Amino acid sequence: MTTAPAIELKGISKAFGPVQANKDISIRVMPGTIHGIIGENGAGKSTLMSILYGFYKADKGEIYISGKKVSIPDSQAAIAAGIGMVFQHFKLVENFTVLENVILGAEDGALLAPSLRKARKDLAALAAEYELNVDPDALIQDIGVGMQQRVEILKALYRQADILILDEPTGVLTPAEADQLFRILHRLKDEGKTIILITHKLREIMEATDTVSVMRRGEMTATVKTSETSPQALAELMVGRKVLLRVDKTPAQPGEKVLEVENLKVVDSKGVVRIKGVSFDVRAGEILGIAGVAGNGQSELLEVLGGMRNGTGTIRVNGQDLDLTGKFSDARSRRKRGIAHVPEDRQREGLIMDFKAWENTAFGYDDDEAYQTGLLMNNAAIREDAEGKIERFDVRPANADLEAKSFSGGNQQKLVLAREIERDPDLLLVGQPTRGVDIGAIEFIHQQIVALRDKGKAILLVSVELEEILSLSDRIAVIFDGQLMGERLPAETHEKELGLMMAGMTGEDT
Amino acid sequence: MEQLPKWADLIVVPLVGLILAFSLSMLMVFATGHDPMDALSLMVKGALGSTYGWGYTLYYATNFIFTGLAVAVAFHASLFNIGGEGQAALGGLGVALVCLFIPWPHWTIALVAATAAAGLFGALWALIPAYLQAKRGSHIVITTIMFNFIAASLLNYVLVNKLRPKGSMDPATAKFPEPAHLPSLGDMLNAVGIPFAKGTPANVTLVVALLACVFVYYLIWRTRLGYQLRAFGESQPAAVYAGINPVKITIITMMISGALAGLMAINNVMGEAERLILGSVEGAGFIGIAVALMGRSHPLGILFAALLFGALYQGGAELGLWTSIPRELVIVIQALVILFTGALDNMVRSIVAKVLVRPKRAEA
Repeated sequence: MTTAPAIELKGISKAFGPVQANKDISIRVMPGTIHGIIGENGAGKSTLMSILYGFYKADKGEIYISGKKVSIPDSQAAIAAGIGMVFQHFKLVENFTVLENVILGAEDGALLAPSLRKARKDLAALAAEYELNVDPDALIQDIGVGMQQRVEILKALYRQADILILDEPTGVLTPAEADQLFRILHRLKDEGKTIILITHKLREIMEATDTVSVMRRGEMTATVKTSETSPQALAELMVGRKVLLRVDKTPAQPGEKVLEVENLKVVDSKGVVRIKGVSFDVRAGEILGIAGVAGNGQSELLEVLGGMRNGTGTIRVNGQDLDLTGKFSDARSRRKRGIAHVPEDRQREGLIMDFKAWENTAFGYDDDEAYQTGLLMNNAAIREDAEGKIERFDVRPANADLEAKSFSGGNQQKLVLAREIERDPDLLLVGQPTRGVDIGAIEFIHQQIVALRDKGKAILLVSVELEEILSLSDRIAVIFDGQLMGERLPAETHEKELGLMMAGMTGEDT
Repeated sequence: MEQLPKWADLIVVPLVGLILAFSLSMLMVFATGHDPMDALSLMVKGALGSTYGWGYTLYYATNFIFTGLAVAVAFHASLFNIGGEGQAALGGLGVALVCLFIPWPHWTIALVAATAAAGLFGALWALIPAYLQAKRGSHIVITTIMFNFIAASLLNYVLVNKLRPKGSMDPATAKFPEPAHLPSLGDMLNAVGIPFAKGTPANVTLVVALLACVFVYYLIWRTRLGYQLRAFGESQPAAVYAGINPVKITIITMMISGALAGLMAINNVMGEAERLILGSVEGAGFIGIAVALMGRSHPLGILFAALLFGALYQGGAELGLWTSIPRELVIVIQALVILFTGALDNMVRSIVAKVLVRPKRAEA
């Protein structure tokens, strides 16, 4: 007996100008399975899924749904073919209710009431069938991220999707919420739905999928049964060489306190209290990792320390108070005090995307004496400096005249790191150092951070990747709702405990 | 949006826009019963065919260089200064005060002083919207355009009630004294033996405009201020990350922009009219927006765009003078050029991109 695959791609190719985003890709996904697609950033995963959802048109290749050839010129056609998509960034209207969001774009007529009635009934049925409980009358802005994601899944199911594509679904979830999501996915699978899970997290692939395809540089390098592979083997397939998944580092040799934070409070421009009295310190020669789900105050913490935001309380660097609200609370003054900052969002903050690589080398340090000649900037000196940094940090392509936006995520991050680390700061603030960075570059970036620590510098690391926090930090503090829930040593804790703390349970509860 | 090669962005796109604008204009000329080819050749000849025509074209171009540069500098900081009209009008007031009330021994010194006054008045007029934007979040597009009206009313008041000579019915100042008269381009060129029509309004201010181009080039691409201003324009969060004070950079940028717009007054008020009249800016502040857009906010591009618009103004005037093509149609032609090269820039670009970028993709 042979059943037709739920979805089959044959020879899909897609080029953007000279870049071959997808090269002759073929996959078969059987109905009632969870199929993982893993690959580095820029490997072509998202392009492939965009073709499947009708955002792009493939240059070559065919798509079969349940054995029938289909063409998907737009997302309407994808929905009609039974494909539902849950995007990494949710596409929900914040001030609409769950119910209104579900029917948005699928209203049955000019009047809303009949559609809403029907949706309410359907939603109740779906909730019962798949254990997808959501309050239909809650406003999106009032419910948590995990719930919002359920609404996205419900939207797809309401449109009768049999094939569900999830793009990096766990990026914004706590480990517990992620586990819950995977339970839902398994339930959907048991009911005969087909699920395609796109991720760069090896752990999720190993836990959740039946089969997995690996993509590298636009090509499908392998499709294997998940039970017959290992994270190490998948990582090698993704990168094309052996990689170190663990960070190689010696125990820390903590010295004097470099950074002392006492009772720090931050109120944002809307009057919301983002940080509710936080105290901690970081010593020379150690890495303090701040774990937490995005949006719990860790960004604001980095911004206050980096001089991008005002706060109240006391912050001392090398024993001296920092100005938190006045004339010397700006980022330039922070740099003069020996604080370097690798911001969370390198594309929005850390780099000027339309500036050339060499211009970005001076960004934030454009007042450096070495960069001036009289009234003008010494562009030759900046360029020379940039070329040295590009070489030492192995930025590829090694061309200082390229605009920052032409580099891959990993190489952009290397540019930022080179600029900040080579200033030889006493304290380095690092936010999401490897977000959107390929595995090969992750290894290098981690090594650079550890090397700075070994030079006796203090490092404050903020990351939403628990694995990264666990492997890089010498001490871990967990932040939840603007408060620190406690500190742990990496050797004496595990993901589960940290996960509970990230969800708001104090160290004592666990 | 497709990435265009630089040469296409700088040359092909404006050119295609221009051709489209002229084709449509000629169609309209034809529709009103005139010969489009005749009209076109009259325009070109009128603007560029004689030193007399050049004398006017360069005069207009000088105005547009200043207002174009003003818009461009603000653009680089992502600020849309459409208050060039009012800033230039206030610059005129500065020029008039300096020329009327201080006895100057020689035009060179008067020019330096008038330049400073024009720049200062323009800068101060831009300061208020800049402050409102930076500190109170009032949108600069709204405030600068409202300040154009305030400037016009203010000038009306000052001219009618304060500066109008006794007995004059004209809302204008008295003629500036002789030492404050600037040499015209004709005078200067004839002095070195180059024949050039006398009695045309182009004057020594053109040199100031060219210097302003050089100044803006260095300011934007070679100074720290320019670096910070461009960084701020590309990404405000990044500017904050780098320690660039958004309030300070907004105010400084707008004051430089306003000063450049104000400088226009030394051309039209001091160089041409030799007195301050009502409505002397004549829309040049708005043309500056189109000039900056077409010139890609680069001084060299602005120079060429200003020349084009200068020629268009002069050619259009000739058209009105020698044919029965109505004056309104001439304005329509000018408007079409602004529309296609300025406002519809992106439309033209996407068409050019389709033609230029597609074939390459097929090869890949």
